[in-house]
Amino acid sequence: MRSAQHNSGMHVVVCVKQIPDPAEPGSLDPATKTLKRSGNIILDESDSYGVEMALQLVTSAGGGTVSLVSMAPGGETKGLRTALAMGASDAILVSDPVLNGTDALGTAKVLAAAIARKSPDLVLTATESSDGYTGTVPSQIAELLGLPSVTFARSIEINGQSVNVRRQTESGYDEVTCPLPAVVSVTAGVVEPRYPSFKGIMAAKSKPVEALTVADLGLSADEVGWAGGGQEIVEIAASEAREAGRVVEDEGEGYAEIVNFLENLKVI
Amino acid sequence: MALDNVWVFAEAADGRVKTITLEMLAKAREIADEVSCFYAGAGDDVAETLGEHGASTVFATGDLDDALLGPPVAAAIAAKIAADGAPDLIMFGTTYDGRDVAGRLSAKLGAPVITNVADLIVNGEDVAGVEPVFGGSTNVTTRFKGEAVKIVLVRPKSFAAESAGGSVADVEDLDVPEVGNTGTAKVTARFMEETSGPKLEEAAIVVSGGRGLGEAAKYAMVEQLAKLLKAAPGASRAIVDAGWVPYSYQVGQTGKVVKPTVYLACGISGATQHMVGMKGAKYIIAINKDKEAPIFSIADLGIVGDVHKVMPKLIEALQGR
Repeated sequence: MRSAQHNSGMHVVVCVKQIPDPAEPGSLDPATKTLKRSGNIILDESDSYGVEMALQLVTSAGGGTVSLVSMAPGGETKGLRTALAMGASDAILVSDPVLNGTDALGTAKVLAAAIARKSPDLVLTATESSDGYTGTVPSQIAELLGLPSVTFARSIEINGQSVNVRRQTESGYDEVTCPLPAVVSVTAGVVEPRYPSFKGIMAAKSKPVEALTVADLGLSADEVGWAGGGQEIVEIAASEAREAGRVVEDEGEGYAEIVNFLENLKVI
Repeated sequence: MALDNVWVFAEAADGRVKTITLEMLAKAREIADEVSCFYAGAGDDVAETLGEHGASTVFATGDLDDALLGPPVAAAIAAKIAADGAPDLIMFGTTYDGRDVAGRLSAKLGAPVITNVADLIVNGEDVAGVEPVFGGSTNVTTRFKGEAVKIVLVRPKSFAAESAGGSVADVEDLDVPEVGNTGTAKVTARFMEETSGPKLEEAAIVVSGGRGLGEAAKYAMVEQLAKLLKAAPGASRAIVDAGWVPYSYQVGQTGKVVKPTVYLACGISGATQHMVGMKGAKYIIAINKDKEAPIFSIADLGIVGDVHKVMPKLIEALQGR
């Protein structure tokens, strides 16, 4: 994927998602059965770690670029501006009404086609989005691009033409090495995402955001959206609610309530 | 029985078949006449356990030379499908490797994946997955359509693992196709991070701490309480992200799903991301100073109070027993 268009340095693409603010209660649109995307759309916090990691890697490499790739049916850019204000150079936003209802594989097809236009050394993603959390997109992108991938990275170190990753496991972590270019998904919390500076916020306003449609990427409309998905939502139902029990204000004896409760269960 | 044939991606750690695999086998044998497993390693190591839990055949890749499992295992499964046809459903556990293999296979076959599945509904040849969203308050049922291979990623603790009394499964060794560049990610070293006491996913009691603890050093109270109750210590994503405890402690959508008898949440407000991982607990006790905290809406016993006052007294009372 490396191409002659790059002059020098490290070129990283970060996949970012713009999601409804998780601080506001989410809901599903009963008509379309998709997550309502009204209200405040922000950069998924999970993606801010990838952006920060990319900026740090480019700095350690002595230069280069961080480009963003994102997909949104309605042309939203607010979340992208946040990542540009952190220091990313430019963005591709794939926006098209036909993207409504696109599933994880369709998303991966769109992102992979957009990433290919940038010929990066490294592609970073979050491990999963905070709204859809399928967690399959990173390896789907890698397979579509014919690249190796390392998921659940805690730390990333570039070593010449390869990348060394500490990969999270159930019982600890593995050291994994893989040649570049590669796709790496980054676990939340592994770096401290910087706050955009005032200067960064001002600069972000004039950074290039290339708007592309599905057709621009050479994909056909029936590969994405409702038509392209191999699945359909048939029911949305409230689950059996768990009842709230007794709530007690602690006046110094709250601990005794817990002791009694545990005693009654015979676990102590 | 509605399906003829279901495949389950089997995983093992330290020579033991993982619980998530046994949970999936219990459901697979309920919905299908024949259940087979795919295993990345030597089939003989797992044939007895998988057979006991209902698998008739284990398709094994043999040693994969420390490659990450996604590309070679997905290629081996795709080759098996190309040679002998596809099963009615392929089940993966929501694990690090399960997601990698499922994602690779999905892209290779152009097949959809229904993720975060907590239950499966089979109706004739129709398969649908039930996924809890918004912290488990809503269930979304998604059905496969079209002719593509059906792949699901199943959440841990969705089904009860139970022996079927089956005999040792047949082992069939697979030829793993050459995967070229995609398969070049290799593990060079493996590190274990020991947690003290019982394992988080298996403990009868879990004591978890959140941002309400105020600072990293106060997590010691959670560990002390866990020790006294022979419980496993857990954590909310907030304090894992803040670096107070390792990721392996995290309970929630992104972390571990736990279903203990008692879950004691200390200074955890109850973000949906956390609740989805613990609301299956039989009893929930919560200590939080904000009486509006969402955790109280699902707690059997809620103490509105400061964890810095309640926890030391609780520790003292338990020490005195």
